[in-house]
Amino acid sequence: MKKNGFSVIGKPLPRIDGPAKCAGDTRYADDMVLPRMLFSRLLRSPHPHALVHGVSARRALELPGVHAVITGADVPTKFGIMPSTQDEEALAVDKVRYVGDPVAAVAAVSEDVAQEALGLIDVDYQVLDPILSIEGALAAEDHRIHTWNRRANIQKAVSFEFGDVDAGFAEADEVFEGTYFFQGNTHLPMEQYCALATYTPDGKLTLWSSTQTPHYVHRALSRVLDLPMGHIRVVATPVGGGFGGKSDPFSHEIAVAKLAMITGRPVKITLNREESFYVHRGRHPVKMWMRTGVKRDGTLTGMWFRSFLDGGGYSSYGLATVYYTGALQTVTYELPAYKFEGVRVFTNKPPCGPKRGHGTPQPRFAMEVQLDEIAEKLGLDPVEMRLKQVVAPDSVTVNGLRVSTIGLRECIEKVAVRSGWKDKHRALPDGHGIGFAASSYISGAGLPIYWNDMPHSGVQLRADRGGGVTVFCGSTDIGQGSDSILAFAVAEELGLRPEDVRVVTADTDLTPVDLGSYSSRVTVMTGNAAIQACGNLKERLFEVASEVLEVPADDLEMEEGQVRSRSLPDRGLAFAECVERAETRFGTLGATGSYRPPRHPGDYKGAGVGPTPSYSYSAAVVELQCDGDTGEIRIDKVWIAHDCGRAFNPLWVQGQVEGSVYMALGEVLMEEQIFRKSGVHKIPSILEYKSPTTLETPPIETILVETDDPEGPFGAKEAGQGPLLPVIPAVSNAVFDAVGVRIHEIPITPDKILRALDQRLKDPAVPDFAFPTPIRWTPGQGVEVPQKS
Amino acid sequence: MSDSETLTGKRLMRLRVNGEPQEVAAHVTHSLLEVLREEMGLTGTKHGCELGECGTCTVLVDGEPIYSCLMLAVEAEDRDVTTVEGLALQSRPHPLQRAFSDLGAAQCGYCIPGILLAAKALLDKQPNPARPDIEEALSGNLCRCTGYTKIIEAVEQAVGEMRG
Repeated sequence: MKKNGFSVIGKPLPRIDGPAKCAGDTRYADDMVLPRMLFSRLLRSPHPHALVHGVSARRALELPGVHAVITGADVPTKFGIMPSTQDEEALAVDKVRYVGDPVAAVAAVSEDVAQEALGLIDVDYQVLDPILSIEGALAAEDHRIHTWNRRANIQKAVSFEFGDVDAGFAEADEVFEGTYFFQGNTHLPMEQYCALATYTPDGKLTLWSSTQTPHYVHRALSRVLDLPMGHIRVVATPVGGGFGGKSDPFSHEIAVAKLAMITGRPVKITLNREESFYVHRGRHPVKMWMRTGVKRDGTLTGMWFRSFLDGGGYSSYGLATVYYTGALQTVTYELPAYKFEGVRVFTNKPPCGPKRGHGTPQPRFAMEVQLDEIAEKLGLDPVEMRLKQVVAPDSVTVNGLRVSTIGLRECIEKVAVRSGWKDKHRALPDGHGIGFAASSYISGAGLPIYWNDMPHSGVQLRADRGGGVTVFCGSTDIGQGSDSILAFAVAEELGLRPEDVRVVTADTDLTPVDLGSYSSRVTVMTGNAAIQACGNLKERLFEVASEVLEVPADDLEMEEGQVRSRSLPDRGLAFAECVERAETRFGTLGATGSYRPPRHPGDYKGAGVGPTPSYSYSAAVVELQCDGDTGEIRIDKVWIAHDCGRAFNPLWVQGQVEGSVYMALGEVLMEEQIFRKSGVHKIPSILEYKSPTTLETPPIETILVETDDPEGPFGAKEAGQGPLLPVIPAVSNAVFDAVGVRIHEIPITPDKILRALDQRLKDPAVPDFAFPTPIRWTPGQGVEVPQKS
Repeated sequence: MSDSETLTGKRLMRLRVNGEPQEVAAHVTHSLLEVLREEMGLTGTKHGCELGECGTCTVLVDGEPIYSCLMLAVEAEDRDVTTVEGLALQSRPHPLQRAFSDLGAAQCGYCIPGILLAAKALLDKQPNPARPDIEEALSGNLCRCTGYTKIIEAVEQAVGEMRG
């Protein structure tokens, strides 16, 4: 930090992209038009499960205005986001696995003609019985959705035992068990999927796409199209909402790229809203069973957690998701022994993937509701019970995760005080309730999706002789403000104003790799890379300035557009002049920086999911009304406290927290991705897939707790996903406080409340399943790794 | 002239958008949304469903907020259409635009043009709205990023500024 503290970090300044977005001037993917552009549509399977014996495009190709039709035979190479589960085809080669699975793609002069052509493509399907439930997938041992996986319809089964769980339960005064179900839901970004490809006469392909992960799309295009990565340029356009839903390489991206290569013309595709529900990659439906042992005072002695994930038709991120359902239970409260078993199955539904919180909201719901029940049964205050056992800073959890700073205690205390918890809990009138829960999330995945030791984020910096600075980074602004993070980090380091820093991002031709906008990784990783790049540039600037100003280089700082002496503040050199002198001395000025997360102690197979540079922490209190006659819930207010390390910019962090609370309320009250027995989505429209409007969104009081994390850029942690987590169980706990029923299912809809009040709502059933023999690991076995803190 | 069809089956339409009279050839079956975006290049108006469900494509027609995906372009002939491109006075942003930008009410920004116009329609009629009035006026516009909190605060800030 500079002598006078930060100049732009921590201040409620506007984002750099605000004026353009509010002027309607930001160019999203579908706003792009190229000369000679063709339009594409995808033919999608009407069957949830069928063999494809043949596809004939003959009639479609005869339609005037149709330029090309491609099928699975044109793009047969399998791909997928995770290297070990490459089980997707851009267009079905011989089988479709969900209603909506793409089968053929058309390029035509207009969307209308492309749509008409879809009706002229003949597909010879042999319809198979669909598998539509977790139980169905586990039972159908002779009926497989995929053939590459070892056990029928099981994508991945995992099992771990950390510490001695039997001893933990033996030591307990009471052991509690419960079953839980979290229904799937979808991201519903306001911008639908869209991509535009062009293949130029020099044999180079460019794809513009609304994607959160241009680098992974780049890799997938190269693999499927058999082009060198150096001949492909992927540009992520400003993303009109992602929330995890635009993190996979998609069929429509590969299809327009191939069609552009075939036709020699630009080809654009924009999916409609109904298709977006089928592309999905959203929250997994998860059935859960959880057993917790406690001392009479509420101290946890052991926990055993099982999760059953309904993955849909393909793997997507599912390998990571199944691990995430079990990884982060340990980082909030001291837990001496923990057993986790998880399984993800294939079903004939749209593939599930990462949605805000990725695999952790479901188990956090189960855990925080069970803790509330335990407190109730033991006659303890649920807030006090948790406060007694908050994880210590600079400690290692039973599953080998290293916690550095932890602001959980302060988060819990602050929401309790601000909400008036003590006076309200079990004391509100009938039909009014208050509930509490807490949680944690990662500030970026500790490992990349494909195994390598390269940086997770890279930044290049250019200083122009006129004093202009441009920062180049592969990061992708999906609305979370990552472009602004770069501008502010560079402005802070170089003593400039954010508006004086140009930002170029998310373009594989122009920017160094950043892995993408997922796992809440961007602020921590690009921020650190940017600081390092600035440090490298400053070395040269300080060398020159030190001679001109006749002060030692370590006495120099950059502030207010100057390089100046700390000890003799009247000695300063304008930034532009300093750059000019440095360019004269060294030649063209540029600098790079990069970032790779630190390792964690866990060294068992599967320890790659859970580690992160830092854990964020959140606590929420929800006050609501629940009408016992109608089952309707009205949220009166949400208090949320979030440990964001340092608030990089309080306005932006508040915005992320508020958005997380909103999305959580949608999930807990109304949103569900549900299917008919035919495999058809029940409600694939915004009218029927309810999400909260201004009228359902309550006042949200946001409290930022700052811990100044040593691994974070300027001390920052994540803010975009973690705050979603505690809100969902807090609503469930508040419903109990209001009307005395426990709802173990998400969403908590009026019909479930009425059935529970009539004692007709059964706890969810979980399947029988023989999990693999657990991998056993205890702390102390892992490698000790040097850390910044 | 307005009855004439072009070779591609388009019809010449007269639209008045952001105060400028314009002639544009478009299919009679195409929505105002499609014609604004595809025939006139006014891509500031976004689409989220094209079924009248999300409010993203909101524009003003004779001062009233409408879903431009549900109105045929021919229905808007000889009426005053205002899109987000027409909000600023030359290069000076409207107070709503400034407040939304200053408070970070635009995250992904995709729903913002529609919300700005719905808010403008409210303020044109009701210069001092209470918070429930704002919530009601914006209840037809979905936003998935912000939880509406900063959006509502921005409208209130703009109200304050416009009152001077």
